[in-house]
Amino acid sequence: MLIRFFFDLRAAGVPVSITEFLSLLQALEARIAFCSAEEFYWLARLALVKDERHFDRFDRVFAEHFAGAERLFEKIVAEVPAEWLQMMAERLFTEEERAKAQALGSWDKLLETLRDRLREQKERHSGGNKWIGTGGTSPFGSGGYNPEGIRIGSEGARQRRAVKVWESREYRNFDDRRELGTRNIKMALRKLRRFARQGAADELDLDGTIDATARNAGWLDLKLRPERRNAVKVLLLLDVGGSMDDHIRLCEELFSAARSEFKHLEYFYFHNFIYETLWKDNRRRHAEKTATFDLLRGFNPDYRVIFVGDAAMSPYEIMQPGGSVEHWNPEAGVEWMQRFTAHFPRLVWLNPTPEQQWDWTPSIRITQQLVGERMFPTTLEGLDRAIAALRRKSAQ
Amino acid sequence: MSTTRFESTDRYIATADLSMAINAAITLGRPLLIKGEPGTGKTQLALEVASALDRPIFEWHVKSTSKAQQGLYEYDAVSRLRDSQLGDPKVADIRNYIVRGKLWESFDSEVQPVLLIDEIDKADIEFPNDLLRELDRMEFYVYETRELVKARHRPIIIITSNNEKELPDAFLRRCFFHYIRFPDADTMAEIVAVHYPNLKRELLSEALAALYRVRETPGLKKKPSTSELLDWIKLLLAEDIPPESLRSDDPKKAIPPLYGALLKNEQDVHLFEQLIFLNRRAR
Repeated sequence: MLIRFFFDLRAAGVPVSITEFLSLLQALEARIAFCSAEEFYWLARLALVKDERHFDRFDRVFAEHFAGAERLFEKIVAEVPAEWLQMMAERLFTEEERAKAQALGSWDKLLETLRDRLREQKERHSGGNKWIGTGGTSPFGSGGYNPEGIRIGSEGARQRRAVKVWESREYRNFDDRRELGTRNIKMALRKLRRFARQGAADELDLDGTIDATARNAGWLDLKLRPERRNAVKVLLLLDVGGSMDDHIRLCEELFSAARSEFKHLEYFYFHNFIYETLWKDNRRRHAEKTATFDLLRGFNPDYRVIFVGDAAMSPYEIMQPGGSVEHWNPEAGVEWMQRFTAHFPRLVWLNPTPEQQWDWTPSIRITQQLVGERMFPTTLEGLDRAIAALRRKSAQ
Repeated sequence: MSTTRFESTDRYIATADLSMAINAAITLGRPLLIKGEPGTGKTQLALEVASALDRPIFEWHVKSTSKAQQGLYEYDAVSRLRDSQLGDPKVADIRNYIVRGKLWESFDSEVQPVLLIDEIDKADIEFPNDLLRELDRMEFYVYETRELVKARHRPIIIITSNNEKELPDAFLRRCFFHYIRFPDADTMAEIVAVHYPNLKRELLSEALAALYRVRETPGLKKKPSTSELLDWIKLLLAEDIPPESLRSDDPKKAIPPLYGALLKNEQDVHLFEQLIFLNRRAR
């Protein structure tokens, strides 16, 4: 029974290993949890789950296995609120499907389909099938999605307090299937590091001291050298507002990871595309601006430039003077971008929208050409490619 | 099976699942990784475990510059070099220049000690990986003296993390993991009772209500937690604020007095004030 539990946990996306499973058995053998479902639940969670983001998945699998026949969904709300549907749609359909649907302008239809699916699910449930199946027949199976919000749990009075703990699913908020954690981002950014010794000599150079002392006939001759520091300089330019609102979380993570990795990190914000001014503080963006010319003058070409933006806009915003949605820009964005690429040989554009969608948006294609095909998606693999591109000078 | 069991003490309220986590870690000799919102008593836990079980405690506070080696030992080459210049006789024995770290000290303890590795996520990203063998086998090798240091008693290791960095999988596999959830109202009342036994019942319930109201404000950067609540109650007592003034239905007093103890950053204060203002207008 526990072995099946183990495999179901793995199928549900909780990364459990054999060692952890064995240590659970060991703990059971030591009678740490005894004769109490609640204690067993805590012990199993303690030994098997190592991240609070996985608690919710664990709770669900646990409920499925150990609550027996009386479990799950005795009551389901008849009317599903619209936000839930929206959220479900985002989980249920692939990025590609969504892009296509959006392009066709049939978002409502998509929601309608989803509503149908939910309805069908309800009927099947009364027929005796599981709502959350493990065999993969249900769209909400353990291989796939989190039916957030739909899961109401049973309202029947339960005698045992134990059931409540995992039924309440208090860790739901922690569950997010991010591809890119801060750790991953940092590991990728590490490849960009280039160490150099610069600045004041304040570290003892042991090898140098031994060498000098030996040459000095045994009299101590201390040698100092500067500390080894990461010499890479990074200029981060982030798109804010509008269509980027969906990606704020990702940008924050990228930013915080980059900030702790690089000593020389400068950042500026722009909206949709770069024009003659940028800013550092989003609240005071209209009061404190930095002229893009100053930026080009002030930062040496040895800075690596990383743009982060979805580049989704009207092509006019790039190609035409006065095309900006916010102000009258005397020079077109394209000219500013050309100045950037000319000044900074190492430059990439990170785009949080999935790569498959890029062809659907003309402005992304234009931007892609402007940065010399150095636009990469913000997946781990894309970040790796971007770092590789930053390491070599452009052919331009 | 060990006879030692950890329960709530008269200074620290441990929920049943937390006590079980600690007892499991003690029995199986595994390190226990504790996560949770800042201010929910992660560091305090180790101190309380040590005092409740009457064990010595070794605290290793990790900083961003900490290296795993520093917890084991450091070889002080510079002072040895200096001593050799001065002709000090102790220079002949390299052991005089091996400076022990916290981990070694805890390995060498006469009774089973408690070792706290505090805020492991502050260190370099490779830090936990460098401690794998030490935590697993409870032994390490001193290259300078060619000696193998083994723990006399497996220490009770408690590791805290604030989630600033994600920890590597190989490291996590070796630990038990417990997440200290923000306590519910009943547990919170118990905790406050432990710290302020003479607190008036009304003030407590008003303060708790105010705290949970503040915590429910959407979009707060740092939600107030247990330690903030305790500080705040201390302030309320010191200023002798009557419980009535904490009540929310008085629109003028909607912002709790001395809120600086609860909200720790100006954006949060600003956000909170704005929400209160909107609420008032909606009325």
